[in-house]
Amino acid sequence: MTATQPNTTALSFECETGNYHTFCPISCVAWLYQKIEDSFFLVIGTKTCGYFLQNAMGVMIFAEPRYAMAELEEGDISAQLNDYEELKRLCLQVKRDRNPSVIVFIGTCTTEIIKMDLEGLAPRLEAELGIPIVVARANGLDYAFTQGEDTVLAAMANRCPSEAPAVKETTSEPGQGNAISRLLNFGRKQEEIVADESQYADHPPLVLFGSLPDPVVTQLTLELKKQGIKVSGWLPEKRFTELPVIEPGYYVSGVHPFLSRTATAMMRRRKCKLIGSPFPIGPDGTRAWIEKLCSVFNIEPKGLAEREAEIWASVEDYVKLVRGKSVFFMGDNLLEISLARFLARCGMTVLEIGIPYMDKRYQGAELALLEQTCHEKGTPLPKIVEKPDNHNQLQRILELEPDLVITGMAHANPLEARGIDTKWSVEFTFAQIQGFTNTRDLLELVTRPLRRNTHLKELGWDKLVKSEDAKRVTV
Amino acid sequence: MKLAYWMYAGPAHIGTLRIASSFKNVHAIMHAPIGDDYFNVMRSMLERERNFTPVTTSSVDRTVLARGSQEKVVDNITRKDAEVSPDLTVLTPTCTSSILQEDLENFVERAQLTARCDVMLADVNHYRVNELQAADRTLNQIVEFYIDKARKGGTLPTGKTERPSVNIIGITSLGFHNQHDCTELKRLMADLGIEVNQVIPEKASVHHLKDLPRAWFNLVPYREVGLMTARYLEAEFGMPFVDVTPMGVVETARCIRAIQQVLNASGAAVDYEDYIDNQTRYVSQAAWFSRSIDCQNLTGKKAVVFGDNTHAIAMTKILAREMGIRVAIAGTYCKYDADWFRTQVGEFCDEVLISDDNGAVADAIARAEPAAIFGTQMERHIGKRLNIPCGVIAAPIHVQNFPIGYKPFVGYEGTNQISDLVYNSFTLGMEDHLLEIFGGHDTKEVIHKSISADSDLNWTKDALAELNKVPGFVRGKVKRNTEKFARERQLSSITIELMYAAKEAVGA
Repeated sequence: MTATQPNTTALSFECETGNYHTFCPISCVAWLYQKIEDSFFLVIGTKTCGYFLQNAMGVMIFAEPRYAMAELEEGDISAQLNDYEELKRLCLQVKRDRNPSVIVFIGTCTTEIIKMDLEGLAPRLEAELGIPIVVARANGLDYAFTQGEDTVLAAMANRCPSEAPAVKETTSEPGQGNAISRLLNFGRKQEEIVADESQYADHPPLVLFGSLPDPVVTQLTLELKKQGIKVSGWLPEKRFTELPVIEPGYYVSGVHPFLSRTATAMMRRRKCKLIGSPFPIGPDGTRAWIEKLCSVFNIEPKGLAEREAEIWASVEDYVKLVRGKSVFFMGDNLLEISLARFLARCGMTVLEIGIPYMDKRYQGAELALLEQTCHEKGTPLPKIVEKPDNHNQLQRILELEPDLVITGMAHANPLEARGIDTKWSVEFTFAQIQGFTNTRDLLELVTRPLRRNTHLKELGWDKLVKSEDAKRVTV
Repeated sequence: MKLAYWMYAGPAHIGTLRIASSFKNVHAIMHAPIGDDYFNVMRSMLERERNFTPVTTSSVDRTVLARGSQEKVVDNITRKDAEVSPDLTVLTPTCTSSILQEDLENFVERAQLTARCDVMLADVNHYRVNELQAADRTLNQIVEFYIDKARKGGTLPTGKTERPSVNIIGITSLGFHNQHDCTELKRLMADLGIEVNQVIPEKASVHHLKDLPRAWFNLVPYREVGLMTARYLEAEFGMPFVDVTPMGVVETARCIRAIQQVLNASGAAVDYEDYIDNQTRYVSQAAWFSRSIDCQNLTGKKAVVFGDNTHAIAMTKILAREMGIRVAIAGTYCKYDADWFRTQVGEFCDEVLISDDNGAVADAIARAEPAAIFGTQMERHIGKRLNIPCGVIAAPIHVQNFPIGYKPFVGYEGTNQISDLVYNSFTLGMEDHLLEIFGGHDTKEVIHKSISADSDLNWTKDALAELNKVPGFVRGKVKRNTEKFARERQLSSITIELMYAAKEAVGA
């Protein structure tokens, strides 16, 4: 019993069996192909991979997505067919039909097991076809869900240009070169330069990494601009051809908690300096993130405390709904620590944080903020369970009866039928939850089950499974 | 390698899991990497299942890759046995495990020594069969296993039930309208005075499978799942089976006549002709609908049908034979059973299309320019793009194809449902067409009103671009809120910063 109760003094870390539900990391193609507009994602795997993507992506699949399966057949598995020739044939087809600026090969479990040398094949194909080919091994043997993006961005980090192209020379000239470059850039680069340069503090270049919807990119960029911090580039940009310049000594900061490998690639391969900070989720996280960037650049943050207080005041109606309630994270997308920290700040008691993988270095600042938040709010510190075991977790949930369980779709309906409020975790991955501006949207998600079920509670049918079934917790 | 954007039938293990999770108290353990357990999500979402899906993964990770599963699979089986005491555990291979070539049969034997439940390995090859074939096979395998077990234990019952009885074979979890079809079939059997001995696999207990031979005959409503089991029971016990899908007025009558023949051959004396006549004329509305002026207006209209064998065949026959609609193309994605499809629809359509390539199907539809499509969710979206209405008649399907209301496709109530589906699809298209001829809805103009039009406020280029990124259905609201916010502050120019300040302020 004591093991299931939240710890009171320090964060505790456990590791269970890894029998948990999550999305396969190849799901990252769903949001990355939308983000990187000139890309094409080729998932090299089996029908199983295809079936997952087709169902997980929902209606997006009907929007002629820039992704496809290179479906492996028996001949490929038994090496009766030549991998190089087969991939070349498919890539030529993709080039003809879609003409992308980059093809991203997503390696899967199958390519791992049959040891298809994608990293070796890619440069040869790239040379022959004249299209950059990026290889990311986003497979279920090694990674969970959002870590797929991490593998893709880590691979892309190597493709970022290492020095700025000689744009400056041409822009200063009124000659023909300028006209062409302006045509290619639609005049964008120049406008920026003219308008902005003076408003920024003098600080070394900063590149942010993590894929976010464009409006959120704009919001966070503007947020930093208010402090005089200039974002030199973003990995990924809207187009592969616009990947940011990364020179040794640049500063980098991650906006997602699941980008350990990308952070490592930035530090080790590109010789950048990583700014470790909490992630800009919730007003508390956003403020801590900005403050950390400011402190690194010796900038005195302006008006952040007021801004945070304003945001909190504007969402008080929602915070009121969760204050004093308890939450249990089953764990499947690695956003859990940041979300738990935010909810603790809202006054919730976090009972357990399940998480697929815990990088204590990359998430160090976030973990510290979580601990600090719990101390400040006087709530018990949660237990962090890496590689959770869903069966054990369900036993703990039935025992603790949390007010809210944040979980995958496999468990959501069965838990609701047992009278336990749930929020589907995957929505946090797709919704816009970062920055000050999106606090309400974030709380909208969290409070939705509570708001709905308050309405229903009076009706008296909160438990909807027969008693003999209620005890069956089969996962 | 094959470039694939979409697949009509899922991978083999989905079929096995559909069978295993249809039974009561059967647990499936997948030998698969993390993330392959997407089946649980589908079942929980699509079927709105209240109970936990009895499928667990024995995860294949780097360690397994390096040194094999060793004790892991066996441990997982025995652990599940202790935790949930299933009657049967089905070890389910996936595409990953089939290339690892581990001796799963050996794991099953070892687990059987310690587990109280029965343990079996689903005998399906990932690279040779699809979801439907695997489901058919797994159902047969489970039935055979328990018949053999009963025979060895000497508990196999002999003799038939006193009154005529039937086993309904092939009702599964995640099957298209299977739950409703099952209810309708039971109702039909009750009308015919036939006892339902067992329905498998849906909600069946494996302990009762030994009683299957007590039924007088088997009914296999769907072509895709159950036929193997029916053939096995025929070979083993001489049990006759009826495999006419009772979908549509004519086929329902044919199915009932086949049942009549089977029962009379087994010594019953039944005559269902009056029943068929009464149902057709007065209970089902479909025969009357065919005569009505509504249906007359559909005469000669062109349709394309695409789906699994069962539903595409039945729809083609209904459209052509019962409603006088011209089926330009009838197609199926069940390539492995294409010959059957051809023999069934040959005389009812202009062209037969056998393909599992959605691009080819889309091209064929565009070429045929039908007035309505009857297909899967994929065809529905093809229809959207081409502006042709579509009635969904087969999997792959979405959550809206698991209706809560009673919507069978089989039996006499099924004929009513299908009439509605057909008529609504065609009238929808006709209504759109007429609206266009007469200049459209008068609200159309407002809905499509452009964003930047006549406002006294000045939107900067950037802000306007940002506004355009907002999804269309809320764009108007965002615009109104932002402008209201600006007016309140007496600002005349709207920048991106202002937009987001407004968002924070109004909490939208």
